[in-house]
Amino acid sequence: MQKKWVVIFCVCVCVFWWQGSNESLPSAAAVMFLKFSLRSVFYGAGGGNDIQWCFSQVKGAVDDDVAEADIISTVEFNHSGELLATGDKGGRVVIFQQEQENKTQSHSRGEYNVYSTFQSHEPEFDYLKSLEIEEKINKIRWLPQKNAAQFLLSTNDKTIKLWKISERDKRPEGYNLKEEDGRYRDPTTVTTLRVPVFRPMDLMVEASPRRIFANAHTYHINSISINSDYETYLSADDLRINLWHLEITDRSFNIVDIKPANMEELTEVITAAEFHPNSCNTFVYSSSKGTIRLCDMRASALCDRHSKLFEEPEDPSNRSFFSEIISSISDVKFSHSGRYMMTRDYLSVKIWDLNMENRPVETYQVHEYLRSKLCSLYENDCIFDKFECCWNGSDSIVMTGSYNNFFRMFDRNTKRDITLEASRENNKPRTVLKPRKVCASGKRKKDEISVDSLDFNKKILHTAWHPKENIIAVATTNNLYIFQDKMN
Amino acid sequence: MGEEEGLHQTQLLDTMFVRGLKRKCFDGEEDIEGTLAGIKAIPSYNLQRQSLLDMSLVKLQLCHMLVEPNLCRSVLIANTVRQIQEEMTQDGTWQMINTQSTGQASLDRLVSTDILCRSSREQAEGKHVPGYSTFNKDFESDQAQDGSETMSTASSVQAPRNLQSNVWEMENPQENKGNFQKSLDQIFETLENKSPNSVEDLFSEVDNSYYDLDTMLTGMMSNTKMGHCDGLETFSSPTTATSSSNCKSDLNELDHIVEILVES
Repeated sequence: MQKKWVVIFCVCVCVFWWQGSNESLPSAAAVMFLKFSLRSVFYGAGGGNDIQWCFSQVKGAVDDDVAEADIISTVEFNHSGELLATGDKGGRVVIFQQEQENKTQSHSRGEYNVYSTFQSHEPEFDYLKSLEIEEKINKIRWLPQKNAAQFLLSTNDKTIKLWKISERDKRPEGYNLKEEDGRYRDPTTVTTLRVPVFRPMDLMVEASPRRIFANAHTYHINSISINSDYETYLSADDLRINLWHLEITDRSFNIVDIKPANMEELTEVITAAEFHPNSCNTFVYSSSKGTIRLCDMRASALCDRHSKLFEEPEDPSNRSFFSEIISSISDVKFSHSGRYMMTRDYLSVKIWDLNMENRPVETYQVHEYLRSKLCSLYENDCIFDKFECCWNGSDSIVMTGSYNNFFRMFDRNTKRDITLEASRENNKPRTVLKPRKVCASGKRKKDEISVDSLDFNKKILHTAWHPKENIIAVATTNNLYIFQDKMN
Repeated sequence: MGEEEGLHQTQLLDTMFVRGLKRKCFDGEEDIEGTLAGIKAIPSYNLQRQSLLDMSLVKLQLCHMLVEPNLCRSVLIANTVRQIQEEMTQDGTWQMINTQSTGQASLDRLVSTDILCRSSREQAEGKHVPGYSTFNKDFESDQAQDGSETMSTASSVQAPRNLQSNVWEMENPQENKGNFQKSLDQIFETLENKSPNSVEDLFSEVDNSYYDLDTMLTGMMSNTKMGHCDGLETFSSPTTATSSSNCKSDLNELDHIVEILVES
């Protein structure tokens, strides 16, 4: 911040000196230059090398009454960023497609419009245990595109499905034995033969389930992750991790099992798992005790013994009865490079170097002001909320959600952070989002919001960042917001 | 809305739990008198800890019974309960608790808690919070009467037991699907068994093999079809061993029924 002021001061001096010596320079230009500099100081403060985030779109119902089935439970961009998939509590998957960039509208990128909607999972009933199996989509993961069709894996608590999404824009016409509407022609009326030809039709997007991977998990599936070999993937539940081949549905290999022989001794569960983006033999899984284990599948068939254990020693000054709960890791994500991984626990985001196990290399506090409210958050169950986190395409910025529809971004290079709000109040396109600030205690400044005024029902658990561009998708309870950086 | 209420209610508790507040060291006084004196010196920490324990026990007992409950959440809560109980054991307060007899007082207090075990729909409508605050209030008012937290701690120990029997007697079909109810109880039982001997005596007649969590979760116990209301009622009875005199006959019934179910 100080550096900026020095720079601006020098610039101003230069401008005025130049103006003084060169009378043809209009003063208006100098004023504009000043304005620009000052604006970049005030608005540019925050993550992302002064990215200015603007509202782009919002999807979903407007009214405050949220239908439970519409609650968004997962958000994921595909590998090119052209498609954006969301899953909801009602078991539906909605895919948005980015419009091709319009030459006339060079100041904004293409909008995302609905491409396909389908019911991925239905509610089921486990007769043996007399319990319902929720149809809520826990995770969606895209496969890299190999042909014209798109493939994704979607999972609920028990079953994973491979969906093929394909376009159809032509159809065959001119059959000999059938009319156009499908009725069979009387063979005696057929006097000539013709070859059917493909004629264009309105674009139709079809989703069909190609594989169903079922009956492999006793506990609730929390993660799926596709291997870099693009042939296998893992699915993790509370106590076990299974390895699947995408082509084979009737068999899976158990690679991690932390279920104790005596369930009374259960004190730790698996909370998330992911394959390494480049090494097809390496994966990590996180636990409810705040540890991350890196395993190498070459070591043994059952990877119960980790290759690396990442754990930060507890800070004794912060110890409380809630220490374990808030250390529970809710999400783990590898960086695109594969060198780092990020974990999200209740109050912070930690970046780990895979080569260093004893502590993270970076720690960012998401909402430290909640530390004094842990008992209340325990009572209303908010302390068990599972926030996700994500990297930007270049691994320079990380993003995660918070309460009151706030989300946070941390720039790893500049060490600056920003808090933004996903709200319909700012929904004019290309409106730059104003940074928000929470006042922890004491006097509340203007525009700050006090901790007690935060709405803990409005939580942002799921966020996604376009793999290449500065476009982000942020899911509030039942709305999906798309923000992009201001293009000048 | 309920969450905002919850925030205000437990603000007092929050101030106590900020930054790992540690209780003072009792300067070398090991005997009970000294411990008592220590407790009276900082009653609020123990009260807060007690409230947290009660809250945790209630959470473990809540019956979201349509869908299988979240294992991670349950494990974290159970670990918190264990942590509190370990600390209380070190304190010596746990020992004192179990030497008290609780009898009838606990049952009255628990009538208000049956609200907590309604269906998940009703909970979603926010009845949970009022239900808990009722429980809390009864609690604290009784504490004032008794003049000692230890009494109410004992009743909280009994709470889940009686809570459970209240639940079954409500004949709510949803709760009867609760295999997990049993497993939660078993988690709690485990925690119980780790504390001093007097507690273990309470459960000595219960055969833990019936309560294998894993068999519960994988649906081995076929208690869904036939008269499960009755079966589960008798299941719950061993857990009220201390408060009911007719539990012994129930235990025999339990043996009989479980034999049929497990076919061993």
